[in-house]
Amino acid sequence: MISLADGVQIVVLAGIVLSALFVVRMRDLISAAVALGACSLLLSLEFYILQAPDVAIAEAGVGAALTTAIFIFAIKGTQRREDY
Amino acid sequence: MMRPMSKIVRSMGGVLYPLIAVFGGYLILHGHLTPGGGFQGGAVAASAVALVVVAYGGTLYKKGVLSTVESFGLLLFLGAGLIGMSAAFFANTLANAGGLFGDAVSFGVTDAGLNTGGTVPLMNIAVGCEVIGGLGLIILALSKAAFTREVD
Repeated sequence: MISLADGVQIVVLAGIVLSALFVVRMRDLISAAVALGACSLLLSLEFYILQAPDVAIAEAGVGAALTTAIFIFAIKGTQRREDY
Repeated sequence: MMRPMSKIVRSMGGVLYPLIAVFGGYLILHGHLTPGGGFQGGAVAASAVALVVVAYGGTLYKKGVLSTVESFGLLLFLGAGLIGMSAAFFANTLANAGGLFGDAVSFGVTDAGLNTGGTVPLMNIAVGCEVIGGLGLIILALSKAAFTREVD
């Protein structure tokens, strides 16, 4: 029998895997950067569920916000579409 | 220098920016009582700076202001270490001494007092200033570098 906390963890971990697949599959690089931010935000939610609020705040600040901004600057400086 | 983004991004950034900045300041100031502290609160406040730089372009922040904030954080951290030099470097002589952050912590389950902790809140504020200045400078330098391409 799966308890409620286990169910929440399964949903969050499945969301992390799904958003990571979106990061790899997206052709539009801005969309891939936003999907990476969503992956990082779900990871910080998982840290919070595992009772590490300190790590969750640091992950939400650095992982979700600042790295997304840095990726957006890098994409603006090069090109938006991935071609190969 | 980065161009401003669309009106939707600009107005949503203007609404969210003060909320994120105030939450970062709350995390820094309550660092000795609740989860969070200098680095976490500084990272949240620096994400507010990044939001403004992404939405409005990098013209609202000056490099000198952020550099001054970073230097102030470093000097405040060193000063907080030198306060306890009568006993040892980084000795917490302000705790339980009255005055700034000097209230004694009562025993048992009580409400947390903000005016406690001695030099620990001072060091949290110093680390917070340092992280805001450093990460803000990195964001500003990257936003400038994204649009000064070399012509070859």
